[in-house]
Amino acid sequence: MKFTLSWLRTHLDTSASLTEITDTLTNIGLELEGVANPAEAFQGFQTAYVVEAAQHPNADRLRACKVDTGSGIISVVCGAPNARTGLKVVLGTPGAVVPANGMVLKIGEIRGVKSEGMMCSTRELGLGEDHEGIIELPEDAPIGMAFAEYAGKNDPVIEIAVTPNRGDALSVRGVARDLAAAGIGTLKPLPSPSFQAGFPSPLGWNTEHPTCQWVLGRVVRGVKNGPSPQWLQDRLTSIGLRPINALVDMTNFFTIDLGRPLHVFDADKVQGGVLTFRPGNGETFAGLNGKDITVRAEDCAIADSSGVVSLAGVVGGESTGCDETTTSVFIECAWFNPVAVALSGRYHGVASDARARFERGIDPALMPAALDMATQCVIDLCGGEASEVAAAGAEPAWQRTATLRFARLASFGGLDVPADDAVAALERLGFTVAARDAASVTVNVPSWRNDVAGGTPLEPFPGLSPEQLASVAAGAAEMEPEADLIEEVLRLCPGGLQAVPAMSLPVDGAVPTATLSPAQLRRGLARRVLAAAGMAECVTFSFMPRDVAALFGDAPELLHLANPIAADLDQMRPTAIATLALAAARNQARGIESAALFEIGPVFHSSHEDGQPLRAAGLRVGQPARHWQGAAAPTALDAKADVLAVLAALGVPMEALSITTDAPGFYHPGQSGCVRQGPKNVLASFGALHPRVAAKLDLSGPAVAFEIHLDAIPEPKRKKKSQPDLAAFQPVRRDYAFVVDAGVQADAVLRAARGAERALIAGVALFDVYQGDKLDAGKKSLAIEVVLQPREKTLTDAEIEAVSAKIVAAVAKACGGVLR
Amino acid sequence: MSNDLEALKSATLDSLAQAADLRAWDAIRVGVLGKSGALTNLLKELGKTAPEERKARGAALNVLKGELQAAIDARQVELDTAALEARLAAEKLDVSLPPQPRAQGLIHPISRTMEEMAAIFGAMGFEVAEGPDIEDDWRNFGALNIPAHHSAREDMDTFYVPNPEGEGRRRVLRTHTSPVQVRTMLTRRPPFRVIVPGRTYRADHDATHSPMFHQCEGLVIGRNITLGHLKGCLIDFLRIFFGVSDLPVRFRSSYFPFTEPSMEVDIGWSRKTGEIGGGTDWLEILGSGMVQPKVLANCGIDPREFQGFAFGMGIERVTMLKHGIPDLRPFYESDLRWLRHYGFNPLSPAMLHEGV
Repeated sequence: MKFTLSWLRTHLDTSASLTEITDTLTNIGLELEGVANPAEAFQGFQTAYVVEAAQHPNADRLRACKVDTGSGIISVVCGAPNARTGLKVVLGTPGAVVPANGMVLKIGEIRGVKSEGMMCSTRELGLGEDHEGIIELPEDAPIGMAFAEYAGKNDPVIEIAVTPNRGDALSVRGVARDLAAAGIGTLKPLPSPSFQAGFPSPLGWNTEHPTCQWVLGRVVRGVKNGPSPQWLQDRLTSIGLRPINALVDMTNFFTIDLGRPLHVFDADKVQGGVLTFRPGNGETFAGLNGKDITVRAEDCAIADSSGVVSLAGVVGGESTGCDETTTSVFIECAWFNPVAVALSGRYHGVASDARARFERGIDPALMPAALDMATQCVIDLCGGEASEVAAAGAEPAWQRTATLRFARLASFGGLDVPADDAVAALERLGFTVAARDAASVTVNVPSWRNDVAGGTPLEPFPGLSPEQLASVAAGAAEMEPEADLIEEVLRLCPGGLQAVPAMSLPVDGAVPTATLSPAQLRRGLARRVLAAAGMAECVTFSFMPRDVAALFGDAPELLHLANPIAADLDQMRPTAIATLALAAARNQARGIESAALFEIGPVFHSSHEDGQPLRAAGLRVGQPARHWQGAAAPTALDAKADVLAVLAALGVPMEALSITTDAPGFYHPGQSGCVRQGPKNVLASFGALHPRVAAKLDLSGPAVAFEIHLDAIPEPKRKKKSQPDLAAFQPVRRDYAFVVDAGVQADAVLRAARGAERALIAGVALFDVYQGDKLDAGKKSLAIEVVLQPREKTLTDAEIEAVSAKIVAAVAKACGGVLR
Repeated sequence: MSNDLEALKSATLDSLAQAADLRAWDAIRVGVLGKSGALTNLLKELGKTAPEERKARGAALNVLKGELQAAIDARQVELDTAALEARLAAEKLDVSLPPQPRAQGLIHPISRTMEEMAAIFGAMGFEVAEGPDIEDDWRNFGALNIPAHHSAREDMDTFYVPNPEGEGRRRVLRTHTSPVQVRTMLTRRPPFRVIVPGRTYRADHDATHSPMFHQCEGLVIGRNITLGHLKGCLIDFLRIFFGVSDLPVRFRSSYFPFTEPSMEVDIGWSRKTGEIGGGTDWLEILGSGMVQPKVLANCGIDPREFQGFAFGMGIERVTMLKHGIPDLRPFYESDLRWLRHYGFNPLSPAMLHEGV
């Protein structure tokens, strides 16, 4: 919302400075977006008087002038044909910047004659297109006055952001009212029209659409339309509106000035004498915005006997518009349902000043007065004679009351405002007292404040019981209007919201209890473990290209965005490995070959609450930089190590885990696995990326990944730890090499050995894997070290032999292993 | 000393001096002091010496033995030292060689800020609440007093995914973390204090907007919570978070459908230098307000019984301000150069007693 300071002053009697006004606007919720003063462009330009204009001695087309600046006579060379003795002009002095071209004026010499300034044309000052000659000011123009001052350009343009609840502040008058209520001046009364209605309106209204509840109109006949007077053109251009003709400019003026959109029909172009508000029926009309509009049943169309001519509250039509030939005008002043206008305007993609006000709700009580003021304005601008009012529908019921208990200002708003001050603040806003006692006041809400005690319906949780619903609805009905009033009082009381004393939240004790849930703690710990393992944490988008998502499994339609912002951000990711792979490829494209990335975030299997688990994913890619001692490329087992490090940190009993080879299909089928706790619970997957996937993503070098299902990890039992096992005897170590089929999992051999004699065997470790010439084809050798921990006494050779035999037997039974 | 002893002494000292290594040295030691060494033999023969000479010769032999033993020991030390020197010289390592790199991982700035928020609000008695990213439009809009025709629900702002078969409510990518307010109010009995850091989505993509970003929501509901507490809580947070104990904080009237009164919160800064708390400019940093009675009612809480406040701030925005990060987009690009530059050490998590 833009307006100028002088425009504001037509409604507000104030001596406040511009800064006081703009600071107050920001504090009371009409946030200042910017202030611009067009006068700044005219710095260094002033009025002056040509004392003498003589032919330039050395140039036919130039004149050498003596110019009175008000503080002395200077010499100016001028090429304009109209530069002549006795002319009042606009003079640019040295240092001034010519608005049209940015040229900085300097003292110079033109063909031997000194020139100490420049007399300007309309175009040079950016005020119009005229460049035939220099500006000729009227004879009575003062000499030596700043041009901005002389031309009335010293008028700051103020732009504010109006929040969607404040339709009333989308008008200069509304802003003035708020400022007055905040103590910046007093609101001036509205003018009273002086015309007399002379005849019945030849045009009438008919409303058959719920969107149009009340409409007033009046014909003014015998008008002469044409360009508006300068003051009106200046008002509109000052805020960036283009003057069109007096009748149209009048409607635009009232839209901004009073927040009262009007429409003018050329009465002679309306067919059949009646304009009807009715549902659209697929008709198309040419809109004043230059576009064809096809109205639907949901739209409120305005039709005459020839068909639809306008879309109510959104845009008028060409066929009945006013132009220079208009001699009889029909002024429309209506109240439309805000939501209906919003939906219509949104559907048709029309963002007009009128729509912006109708959809926030306009002042219904102002309509008769507004129509009168508009009529007077038409007569003032274009002459003519006004008809009586034509009306249809009825004034919508806007009257409401709201009650404020004074104690609530402190117990809710945090500020103990004296009751009289609170009531006064409300009265300055136009509220009137309906009833008051020591504890509370009930006020009538003014017609322009549809945001206060508006009573829009609840949208309660469907699971509430009827009793609950009745109780909370009664609570809301009581508390919401009061909160509305508290907001107004706090907004406008001296010091505004700044005056509310800040109070630290009271705490239950000096030391707070845990802030994070166990699951949140787990995530934080996983994050630190992975970062400590050398991986960089990333935050990648939750959506990704659908075709890439499909490489990582399902890309279900239910997770396909209906309105993606870009074609490559259209599918919710099935795993963060996918978006990390894209990130790694981007890094490689920038020359960073080797990357270790991880992310902890949501992945999407369905749009339901339980289909969006938080998971930790990681990716190690690329040949590491060469090193003189050698550098190991990442393998699937590095990804496994990452998984195990996290699981161990999270207190998962590691000996209970098993590895299965059924990882998802985006992994290399022979180099991947799932980590399971028990037969069903998958805690993680890991492995090399499938070469086909890596190739599609342009990943170079090895690529291994993992995904840890943090939500599947059971919470560690919070019991005290048992005593540690600190045996006093030296452990005994024995090595065994078993030949097994190449397909046997190492884990099976290790488990079998470990389980052979639980009381004695404290650890089993694989230290060699051999496959080659010395063995039969299809066989491999696994060499393990078994640690025996005696507890009661040192082991005898016979006892060690007995355990050995059990180990060999167990491995033979479990995996067909033969001692090598 | 008799001649034979002089001769033995000088011969032994000579050969010791010539012994180049411990093996030669040991041969000399054995040859002189060993079981059948030259001196040992002379001592054995002492008994055969005439009694009148025996005493003098015995004394001379003992002196010689002491001298030779000392010479041999000294030579051993010399040779040991020389051998160690040689070994040290041979083992010389070019310590300017680069060691095996130890991969340095890091925490993303967004996670860091979330941790700091949890630490600071945690000290004020808040818990961290959370909810899913894909929500229904009631939790995202309706319950929060954003009616169906509100412009925020337009496609231009909100991402939608298709409705599952037979479900009436539209499914949206949450446009703010506020649906978790709704979840909290529906599942917990007041009083409570929660913050909700998390992902949010809006259909906006330019230099200062990302289609996915992060917010931290706050909700405090109790019996006697006032707008004064709102101000105190946010001032306390902002001053600790930015590490400026006298940070100017300004509250000015605004509008959000889910709070009333609503306030924008500004902090003092210098537009020119970017210094937080310096200069005379104001910077909008978060939105806040007293919870709208209808929002409480929608969630089954009687606004006559409980009241409170809510706030929401952009995590990227405060992170950028705190650390002087100029651009938004790199937060999500995972460019390792950027991550290494702005990332945080995982072993130094946000802890109040270390200062956040």
